[in-house]
Amino acid sequence: MQGQTTQRGPDSADPVIEARNVSVTYDLEHRDAMVLDDVSIDLRRGEILGVVGESGSGKSMLANAMMDAVEEPGITTGDVTYYPEDGGDPVSILDLPTEELKSFRWEEVSMVFQGALSSFNPTMSIRGHFEETLDAHDYDVEEGMERARQLLSDLYLDPDRVLDSYAHELSGGMSQRALIALSLILEPQVLLMDEPTAALDLLMQRSILSLLADIKEKYDLTILFITHDLPLVAGLADRLAILYAFELAEVGTAEQIAHNSKHPYTRALLQAVPNLDAPTETMRPIEGTAPNPAHVPNGCHYAPRCPLATSECHQETPPWVDVEEDHRSACFHTDEAADAVPFDLEEVSDA
Amino acid sequence: MSDRASPAANTFDDEDDVVMSLEDVSVHFEKEQGVVSSLFDEPETVQAVDDVSLDIPENDVLALVGESGCGKTTLGKTIIGVQRPTEGTVSYRGQDVWDAKDGRGDPEIEHGDIRRALQMIHQDPGAALNPNRKVLTTLEAPLKKWEPDTDTEDRRARIFALLDRVGMQPPEDYAHRFPHQLSGGEQQRVALVRALLMNPDVILADEAVSALDVSLRVETMDLLLELQEQFNTSFVFISHNLSNARYLAKEAGGRIGIMYLGEIVEIGPPEEVLNDPQHPYSKVLRWATADLDPTAQEMTDPPVRSIDIPDPVDPPSGCRFHTRCPEAREVCTTESPELGEGAESPGGGRCAACFRTDPDHEYWDSEPLEGVDDAETPSLEK
Repeated sequence: MQGQTTQRGPDSADPVIEARNVSVTYDLEHRDAMVLDDVSIDLRRGEILGVVGESGSGKSMLANAMMDAVEEPGITTGDVTYYPEDGGDPVSILDLPTEELKSFRWEEVSMVFQGALSSFNPTMSIRGHFEETLDAHDYDVEEGMERARQLLSDLYLDPDRVLDSYAHELSGGMSQRALIALSLILEPQVLLMDEPTAALDLLMQRSILSLLADIKEKYDLTILFITHDLPLVAGLADRLAILYAFELAEVGTAEQIAHNSKHPYTRALLQAVPNLDAPTETMRPIEGTAPNPAHVPNGCHYAPRCPLATSECHQETPPWVDVEEDHRSACFHTDEAADAVPFDLEEVSDA
Repeated sequence: MSDRASPAANTFDDEDDVVMSLEDVSVHFEKEQGVVSSLFDEPETVQAVDDVSLDIPENDVLALVGESGCGKTTLGKTIIGVQRPTEGTVSYRGQDVWDAKDGRGDPEIEHGDIRRALQMIHQDPGAALNPNRKVLTTLEAPLKKWEPDTDTEDRRARIFALLDRVGMQPPEDYAHRFPHQLSGGEQQRVALVRALLMNPDVILADEAVSALDVSLRVETMDLLLELQEQFNTSFVFISHNLSNARYLAKEAGGRIGIMYLGEIVEIGPPEEVLNDPQHPYSKVLRWATADLDPTAQEMTDPPVRSIDIPDPVDPPSGCRFHTRCPEAREVCTTESPELGEGAESPGGGRCAACFRTDPDHEYWDSEPLEGVDDAETPSLEK
């Protein structure tokens, strides 16, 4: 078997946020429900990391855990370390006192959720949100509003019109863009985006993604982009992390994942995604259903649906296998994945 | 009935095969007003569907695609006779649906029969099923109403057979569950069974797979296709997702219709519409559909002059897409192109509502609008 790595230091190059062995559990009456299971991943400075998973796979939990924002009674364990850009002392996010966490959340790491309408206060104008945020963090409001106008026009919005509007007066795409502008108002280093475009039309989704790519360059951001839509992020993200049933299945560059995935689940997912260019015959659903968080299988979580599963898979947690540089897969059968679940992007794209 | 000469993609010559036929159908909604303004102002109207003619033949799949607010759901509901058009006629096998409903003339087909022949599956299956009723009770209701003579045993046998058919095995077990005890995909199947029990001619599936997980979508669409073939049902499938629409339309040999602000701007076989789009808006949607291959898709700027959709209360004059169209010229602001105009279905049944499909149109001598790249030469007629 190829060289195995431990859970420590999976992707080391200059991380902004380093998550190690992060788990989130809910203590239910009869048993614990595990909604994030021992996830270790780095968010590297200046990258766009796409986290892809189906609904209920724990992808939102990962983002929440990174900000210590898991709601009660969820319990977050593990370590999340933030490395400031200026080389200052690393910050252990899970240990931050509430007050510091509050300022940290907007000034260093900011979050954008899906459904902007529920993120905005319906009785306050968009301008009010910007001013309040600046004021609450003791920023210069006038200077901040200049930045707000710039951010809004970077997102193809008319600053005057949008600032004077209430959220319900804007279309879904416009309010979502206004929310992205708001999240950047305190000049954070990192933007965590949880399905920021999910409720929008395809055209608006793609438009926002192309704007994000521009904004990331202009403001020197690091972005974690969470989605269920693999093709949507494939072109935007530098690296992709595939999450299945609360644990990471595979991490690699977007090219490696799309062209040379070594995990049976990723390959099955690639096959299952309706795609404009692929011959329709090559699309295949994934058999079976994802496990319930209270009844997670022992061993590899994907084993019950996996064509390659052996008794080992059902009993033991699969090790991380380094496939190539920057590309790791949590599977006992990394070498056989390609043959067992055939998927050839070249073939698919040329058709 | 129809005196149209060209067998364009939206209408069919062979009338025997046509189940639903829409002629010059418009649906306009009046916006709600306050008491004071209702006294003085004309109500604002939203033109949800504007002047659409369309035929649905037997055993056909039509996928309607467009941005939210483009009127695709309203058009779909009009096709299955749920939404009354403000103008134009909707007929089921030659019988005007709304005449039958109102008892005008002497309807050849009863309205009840028409209603049963046209069914719908909603976007959110959880909301479409009564949470207080078991699956069996929900499914028995339409049979009890429409076929009161069938005895309980026969009724249940039919329900179990259909549940089994859509992969809910064992059916007796599923029949006695409540909706919350089913997954989203299973709820959607129950809704599908409910529609199929009436042995319908047309089923409207409104975003029926969008709410499902990626890994379930292909499975659900395959099921739709199988049932379509087996029951000889026509499907009108509404989606904002071009990939899903393509999958269904292609596998079934059906059509894709692209809608923009209440109008069908391009319609035809999926491979033609998607691989060689004639309407600039179809090209934009093509751009918006992500490619799985990260190397193939660059993060280019959106190929529209404005990324926000105009207000449907006050749609742009002329061609409604001209405010965003990357190819718009002066003539587009005043004249509105018709579906199929100039195209005369060159590719065997596809048509597009754009002046660019007509090489002799005055469009080519017209001034490009601000923001349009005027160095561009006619590119569609290579």
